[in-house]
Amino acid sequence: MNGTNGPTGRSTRAGKRERSPRNYLRLTHPLVRDSRDEPFRRATWEEALTRVAEGLAAHRGAFGMFACARATNEMNYVAQKFARVVMGTHNVDSCNRTCHAPSVAGLSAAFGSGGGTSSYEEIEHTDLIVMWGSNARFAHPIFFQHVLKGVRNGARLYSVDPRRTSTAEWAESWLGLNVGTDIPMAHAIGREIIHAGLANTAFIERATSGFEEYRKLVEPWTLSLAEKVTGVPAEAIKDLAHAYARAERAQLCWTLGITEHHNGTDNVRALINLSLLTGHVGRYGSGLQPLRGQNNVQGGGDMGAIPNRLPGFQDVLDPETRHRFETAWGTTLQPHYGLNLTEMFEAMEPRPGGAALKAVYCIGENPAQSEADSDQAVRRLSALDFLVVQDIFLTKTAELAHVVLPATAGWAETEGTTTNSERRVQRVRKAVNPPGEAREDIDIICDIAARLGHDWKYADSEAVWNELRSVSPQHYGMTYERLEEHQGIQWPCPDLEALEPSFLHGRLWDPDPGRRGPLAPFGLVQHDPPVDLTDEEFPIRLTTGRRLDSYNTGVQSGSFASPLRRGEYVELCPEDAERYGVVLGEEVQVTSRRGSVRAPVWIDPGLRPGLAFMTMHFPDEVDTNRLTIEANDPIAGTAEFKAAAIRIDKLPIAAIR
Amino acid sequence: MTTAESPVRGTAQGARGTAVPLAPPRRLLEFTIDDEPVRVPEGSTILDACRARGKDVPTLCQGDTLTPKNACRVCMVEVEGSRTLVPACSRRAEAGMAVRTDTERARHSRKIVLELLASSVDLSTTPGAAEWLKEYGAEPDRFGPDAARLNEGPKVDNDLYVRDYDKCILCYKCVDACGDQWQNTFAISVAGRGFDARIAVEHDAPLTDSACVYCGNCIEVCPTGALSFKSEFDMRAAGTWDESQQTRTTTVCAYCGVGCNLTLHVQDNEIVKVTSPHDNPVTHGNLCIKGRFGYQHVQNRD
Repeated sequence: MNGTNGPTGRSTRAGKRERSPRNYLRLTHPLVRDSRDEPFRRATWEEALTRVAEGLAAHRGAFGMFACARATNEMNYVAQKFARVVMGTHNVDSCNRTCHAPSVAGLSAAFGSGGGTSSYEEIEHTDLIVMWGSNARFAHPIFFQHVLKGVRNGARLYSVDPRRTSTAEWAESWLGLNVGTDIPMAHAIGREIIHAGLANTAFIERATSGFEEYRKLVEPWTLSLAEKVTGVPAEAIKDLAHAYARAERAQLCWTLGITEHHNGTDNVRALINLSLLTGHVGRYGSGLQPLRGQNNVQGGGDMGAIPNRLPGFQDVLDPETRHRFETAWGTTLQPHYGLNLTEMFEAMEPRPGGAALKAVYCIGENPAQSEADSDQAVRRLSALDFLVVQDIFLTKTAELAHVVLPATAGWAETEGTTTNSERRVQRVRKAVNPPGEAREDIDIICDIAARLGHDWKYADSEAVWNELRSVSPQHYGMTYERLEEHQGIQWPCPDLEALEPSFLHGRLWDPDPGRRGPLAPFGLVQHDPPVDLTDEEFPIRLTTGRRLDSYNTGVQSGSFASPLRRGEYVELCPEDAERYGVVLGEEVQVTSRRGSVRAPVWIDPGLRPGLAFMTMHFPDEVDTNRLTIEANDPIAGTAEFKAAAIRIDKLPIAAIR
Repeated sequence: MTTAESPVRGTAQGARGTAVPLAPPRRLLEFTIDDEPVRVPEGSTILDACRARGKDVPTLCQGDTLTPKNACRVCMVEVEGSRTLVPACSRRAEAGMAVRTDTERARHSRKIVLELLASSVDLSTTPGAAEWLKEYGAEPDRFGPDAARLNEGPKVDNDLYVRDYDKCILCYKCVDACGDQWQNTFAISVAGRGFDARIAVEHDAPLTDSACVYCGNCIEVCPTGALSFKSEFDMRAAGTWDESQQTRTTTVCAYCGVGCNLTLHVQDNEIVKVTSPHDNPVTHGNLCIKGRFGYQHVQNRD
């Protein structure tokens, strides 16, 4: 515990437990060891960097890079350049894979660009807001303030979520659907819009393709069938369909309830279809807004720290694009995509002849606790021939490494930029000095690159940014000076003088087909229920999410004395608690087909019978991801964190069930 | 310099046909402040005009992110033809108005208001209060040592922020920030009537038993330091709080993808409090518990 700032004893509400979460101390010097059997020992930077260079050089061709969705754009740019130029691979990715990769994949398939299409300010001036699979009130509180401004300006708010969340409490209608039935819901809404004659035929004809196929696809999804599958009354679905189609302006917002499924990209396409059907995209106040979970998960992808895109979201497969980067970087780029985070983990799997991936450079990520099926993730990381972790803490992942490099905290100890959910690039500035010998990510990467024969010279973060601007047209107009002047600028910004509209894809409304550009295709996606089926043995659907005062694996958020923090619970509805004969605070065993954990019970009337909820915030006490399933979206690689099948057992468990 | 090769040029042109609501052009109004001619856009308040002219009109309950409440009455000015003094913070400018900020009547009013406030409330942490008391010759002591005060001492019932209602001037800014103007949590309200009226959390419950979500947006708007960060409160108590030794650096929060701007107040390489720029398009000065208080992890240094 950390002096006076640590959590202190308190017990005010019933069931609240005394709790001092594990407090991570900052790393202050490099750590090395020869094998995982040995403890770490302190090393000089010289020794640590030499070991890293040797470890990576020995595994060229079997290398993967985990960049960091919480670090700056500049760091992500240099990290992907390191993977591509120094190591000659497109195997670079980050935790975008565990959250919003399906949003990027779905949006770019429809519109050619992977960003949310509108801005926060627009939601204050819209007429209808749909929050789908999103508890923004907890997970994105300041975005939700813009939503509430919209509501107070007269917008109608609908919530589509299996849980009656604190977001749903603000809605005029809550559609509490069964987990994993988002596509039936969306298709039924689409069918109802078509049958009610509310489709925007002018927009469909002008700007989209594949409508006839879409119409046939959704035809079976009558309101009554949808009611049967989703569990939501037909009348409520019809009401949302009509409200969305009739609204002058409408915003469709989603979070991980849509993306963290084995068919997350299909879910995203199903939602985009509704905007194409009604013309709620490409206009001020009408658009699609995926709410990103990390401060720079948008920017990491924009910077090319993903296996299929070069900086500026430019396709690796395009020969002309590759040629420009090859010229700019003085290298040769492979003409195929690299492995994404999920595929890299699969490639670590030991097999005869050796694993395909033997060395990993992991910056600021904690996959040992954030990946679904964490036991498997730890096993695979432990099998690597060489693992270097660069972080501000000795995380569970770092504990598996051969070399640990102490870095600076991106948001408070470095200069640079990050890109938020509305595509706004904003300046990050250094406010405090890092502890001990911790160094900036970019300097560390450049030092390793130099040892491997690439002498990059960047005077500062602005020099990196200016190099990025020179290769990414949509960032070209954003000088540091202009970012300061405008308090951030949204991409695209190709011009040094002008600013673009706050929304994307206005081109779709252009009467001139030349300027309108490629048509937006309807996504022809089918319903596919969650992989982990509930049955007699595992009768409860477990879904996961965030709480207001905590963040991801809790390494950052565990350190401040939050009066709201109550640790990990398995949350049940009152009916289920009665059925299983368990009470508030009682410790129970929670078991899925992959593993089991013990957690106390919390009662939440916002849940429905058969639905349980847990977070991933306290993995050091309850490792929720031992329960989740690594059923991955084939397009984006995101795992189905939102739908596991579990059972609850009272303790002690009888020997024979 | 332009980028002819940019693939997104077409987007800009295509958007031309789409309706983007622009604020309608605003007329400029002409009037006088202290006999000097001023021109301000229609809709501006007298206070806006005064500040644009560099005139110092004291304010307490006025907040740049909040609707004027007209509670404190320290910003009163004289308008020719008006029977009563008017609050500069909320009265909109009108063409032809003759405003006087420094008349005997306005100064006398401010003096009395400051005397009443300072005799009943601890203004020791109110920025500007000491200067104003001097400027207007206010003598709060003239009501004698028995002038009514709350005298209940600071409430420290959690580790994040402290409520010291001995410093509260009942300006309602925290009520509005917690309520329908920003946070919509409604944990803070006014309890009691008349002289007994006071800011309370759910009829005087402890904070930890209330709906409070610890966003700290009430601290952000509090003009007197009645609401303060526990870190600031502790350092003041220990005599180590020194704003002249603090730097303020605006950066971006690391807790989600919304991109809230944080201003880190740093003393001796420790973050001691966090605010947000009131004119920021993402936050408008508001944060959540993680952004406002969740910084400790970077300084878990040993």
